[in-house]
Amino acid sequence: MASVTTHLHNAHNPSESDGNPCDFYPAGHFCDQYYPNVLAGFNSTNAPNGDINEALGTLWYHDHRVDFTSQNTYKGLFGFYCLFNNLDTGDETTGFRLPSFPQFDIPLAFADKVFDPQTGELVFDLFNLDGILGDKFLVNGVIQPFLQVSPRRYRFRLLDPGPSRFYEFFLTGNIGGTGSPTTNPFFLIGTDGNLIPAPVQVQSVRIGPAERVDVVIDFTNFAGQTLYLENRLNQINGQGPVAVDSQLFAQNEPVNTECTQVLASTIPAIRPAGAGDLILQFQVTGPKVADHSLPPSKQKFYSLPTTTDTPRVVRTFKFDRLNGQWSINGQFMDCNTFRFTVQQNSSEHWLLTNLTGDWTHPVHIHLEEHQILSRNRSAPTVPADRGRKDVTQLHPNERVELFFRFRDWLGKYPIHCHNVVHEDHAMMALWHVEPTGDNVQVP
Amino acid sequence: MPDISRRKFVSLAAATPLAAVPLVAGFPAGTAFGTTPAAPALTLSERARRRIQEQHLPNLTLISHEGKRVLFYDDLIKNKCVTLNFFYAHCDEICPLVTANLARVQQLLGNQVGRDIQMYSFTLKPQEDTVEVIREYRKKYDAKPGWTFFTTPKPEDMEQLRKAIGFTYPDPAIDADKTQHIGNVRYGNERLMLWSACPGMASAKWVAETFEWMVHPERPRVQPS
Repeated sequence: MASVTTHLHNAHNPSESDGNPCDFYPAGHFCDQYYPNVLAGFNSTNAPNGDINEALGTLWYHDHRVDFTSQNTYKGLFGFYCLFNNLDTGDETTGFRLPSFPQFDIPLAFADKVFDPQTGELVFDLFNLDGILGDKFLVNGVIQPFLQVSPRRYRFRLLDPGPSRFYEFFLTGNIGGTGSPTTNPFFLIGTDGNLIPAPVQVQSVRIGPAERVDVVIDFTNFAGQTLYLENRLNQINGQGPVAVDSQLFAQNEPVNTECTQVLASTIPAIRPAGAGDLILQFQVTGPKVADHSLPPSKQKFYSLPTTTDTPRVVRTFKFDRLNGQWSINGQFMDCNTFRFTVQQNSSEHWLLTNLTGDWTHPVHIHLEEHQILSRNRSAPTVPADRGRKDVTQLHPNERVELFFRFRDWLGKYPIHCHNVVHEDHAMMALWHVEPTGDNVQVP
Repeated sequence: MPDISRRKFVSLAAATPLAAVPLVAGFPAGTAFGTTPAAPALTLSERARRRIQEQHLPNLTLISHEGKRVLFYDDLIKNKCVTLNFFYAHCDEICPLVTANLARVQQLLGNQVGRDIQMYSFTLKPQEDTVEVIREYRKKYDAKPGWTFFTTPKPEDMEQLRKAIGFTYPDPAIDADKTQHIGNVRYGNERLMLWSACPGMASAKWVAETFEWMVHPERPRVQPS
């Protein structure tokens, strides 16, 4: 890699330490960045310590060099950055009493790669414009590994570093046994860097590039068995998952019905149990150990900050493609231009609109987190859509409305598609926060 | 952005085991007197460069707007910093915008084009776009030396080139529609294997800057705060 810039993804960080894509530097140099790890509101609504309801947990860092992020991160320039506090303590005997870190709280980064079958060398298509898929699934750098666990509760932090793969993870049992494979519920406890207000029992979780989900899996009743984290989502190219509509997740809808009608695809969105990618094997053969964590059904975490403020301005962002050139509002990434100015200490609504047909764009906005107000004018129904987010999947033909509250930091930040191949081909815009904002509605 | 020697030392130390690999492989069997020495094993970097060439940079014969026959990889790409884009003379939608924008980019880059950066444009309709047509087209946009336009007597070669550099759509119907052709500009520093692309309609100032980074990857852009 010739040059890099390191972005601490989801952090509430000052602009000069954000790892802006345009602030890159070459091999042999370094850039010291200031990570204050402060809660949003520390310099405004909730001085001096910030709003505990804006607490952050599962963050990650990655290269963000403009035009080169996909190849740099594919080579491995990313990692977890987990934060704890006096509630989310990493100790199951204190605070929220989530499974203790690191024995029972395990970060899992999923990455799909292509390897040369002759040499075993990692291969990346530098000339791709759409999105890159691999046929080998790595978890923390190992192809389809196993993890020996004890019959108790574990917290897993799932990260999809991309470049372009979406997953829908199920906990599948009875692979290769008599009878059908089983689908076992687990608990969703966090979306992106944030714990949701209370755990929700789910059959599956969907995750796209740059997103994270935190889950709790209880292996207590599976002693001696083998389970799999199975991706059942169908994706055949960089466009995104096939035949996926915004509000249809397997836990809510009969599989393969409305999804296939929505986009007239002949390929089902969700593969049958056991027919997906068996990405991580859990061998529940570890010793029986004490479990001091609370059952998820009894847990409560942070409240969601309010979203009822009247927005100072509503801005629209049309994600589009013009002669193969990825664009936002018909314009392209330009490191020398700020497209709009947000006013410090104000609220805004941002409308993300997908004009690219069948493509899904995981849209990431730096600095402040957002909450999803609506998808195609309906309140979000999927549990993972109802927390604080820094990446929102923008599905085919969709209009998503987001709520933002800008506060503490001034300076420059980007909005971009986090299918990093799209990002590298200019589906990104710079904006900034200043004491006085503008009213540009279509920046 | 100081260049602190301790960090540099750490990065050099980390690179040492890799540098040792070719030495281990440097004494192949068959080097005894009177036998043909085996070809030296390629380094990882050399293999990667060759893979890029084989997959994306075919050595096709093309004809320039000056009527000169050239080999795509050997003459146009190898060891050079290049920009590649497609057009056709009677394209009245995207091509005029991209070509006019690239003319602004060339103006901004001044004498770097031709010296450090070679700009190349390839016709998607070689049947119509003869040498005379592309020469006139180039003249119309006031392209300066260092920006060369190409056609070929073999249209299938141009299709192969377009696909090789990744200017395709997943939908075959759209891919076949020349009015929707990819408006990006592929850019690359072949020796360093730095390859990316930018929209041909992006800000000329930023595109020019992007091409300069390709030539000078040793320059930091971040400013000390």
